[in-house]
Amino acid sequence: MLHHFAAVAVFLLAGLAVGIAALAVAWVVRPKRPTLLKLSTYECGLPTQGPTWVQFKSGYFLFALLFLVFDVETVFLYPWAVKFKALGLFAFLEMVVFIGILLLGWWYAWKEGAFEWK
Amino acid sequence: MASVETVFLSGDQWLKNWLFSWGMPESWVFLCTVVVYAVAVLLFVFANVIFLVYLERKVAGYMQQRLGPNRVGPGGIFQCVADALKLLGKEDIIPASADRGLFRLASLLIFIPATMLFVVIPFGREMIVADLNVGLLYFIAVGSTATIAVLMGGWSANNKYSLLGSMRAVAQMISYEIPLAFSLLGVIMLAGSLRMSEIVAAQKDLWFVVLQPVAFITYFIAATAELNRGPFDLPEGEQEIIAGPFVEYSGMRYALFFLAEYANLVSVSALAVTLFFGGWQGPWLPSWLWFVIKVYFMIFLFMWVKWTFPRIRVDHLMGLAWKFLLPVSLVNVFVTGTAIKLFQAMGW
Repeated sequence: MLHHFAAVAVFLLAGLAVGIAALAVAWVVRPKRPTLLKLSTYECGLPTQGPTWVQFKSGYFLFALLFLVFDVETVFLYPWAVKFKALGLFAFLEMVVFIGILLLGWWYAWKEGAFEWK
Repeated sequence: MASVETVFLSGDQWLKNWLFSWGMPESWVFLCTVVVYAVAVLLFVFANVIFLVYLERKVAGYMQQRLGPNRVGPGGIFQCVADALKLLGKEDIIPASADRGLFRLASLLIFIPATMLFVVIPFGREMIVADLNVGLLYFIAVGSTATIAVLMGGWSANNKYSLLGSMRAVAQMISYEIPLAFSLLGVIMLAGSLRMSEIVAAQKDLWFVVLQPVAFITYFIAATAELNRGPFDLPEGEQEIIAGPFVEYSGMRYALFFLAEYANLVSVSALAVTLFFGGWQGPWLPSWLWFVIKVYFMIFLFMWVKWTFPRIRVDHLMGLAWKFLLPVSLVNVFVTGTAIKLFQAMGW
């Protein structure tokens, strides 16, 4: 089993090597003539206005929280789904209750307007 | 025909025998063969990506009743070679105000998950790099890490367009991650395994797309959004935020993002084929050829959708994921479970 994950590690390094090799080849052939104007931030030709790294819309954070809730749910559902055929009726009903509770939470989030993009 | 079927497997066997004949220990032979697999998979990916860029432009052209690229070589087939050479010779511009370290790192990191996804893809009969027992979970987990590189690239450029684009990309990718993961539950319940080879074997008589049509459609929509392809290409939205997270990238760094995007298109289509269309299984032709044919069919579907539908609005985008796809995929799990239990009770 463990040697399977050695293959994963090899592919990780291969992915990194592709990036490094491509950039290395480009580094050899490409021109290097930076000018002040070239290095300025691109904002359709106008000088850039104000800082970029500002506090950002909280709507994104709300969706991140929702994502966390449902992603943890998938962690519970995956092992259950794998062994589903072997498990009895009890496990099935148990999961119906589990999903039911989550759907209740989902309905509450909808009612509170968490899914609205404002 | 049998020799065509096993051409890659016999090559693999020949390589192993050759390495053993040098008196190498088994673990080293394994490592060497995996390195060869990695090179082979990367070559396969690159060949496909180069062809896909051309195909995308041709398909787009024909769907918009024009010809697409037709000047460089017969039918414009060498257009992508010309593009690749052009990108290679472009200056690498890093904006003065950017976070240089992160900006560089993002372009390196983007290709890692794209490569790692191919570890668990069964390319043909017994042609899988590592048949992990958590294969499907691995695919979803590794696939979602690409979000980090996109956010990193968009944020570090210190450009408003790229920041907006990367924020949109993250919000979209995590929202559609949920229906994507849920839609695959039905397949896992039917196959009873996360191992790719067993999921393919479970479809020997009947493809899962027949038993799980709702799951397939959910997966298809969610995967389109995960790939940031049209009609879900808000993060890149050329007409409003130019190219989203990649505004400031140029030359080879931009090409890496571009390559990773098309590599992901291949791997997502390959997963769809493996889970819903019986993987490499098919009559007469060699298994790996069937796999490629099916993958190209899926890719054509993705392209068809991209060039047919207009870009979706951002509130509709979020609504579709949370208010429609999420409950539909949950109900699909429930219906699948009930059906399996009913069939078991009837003794099938």
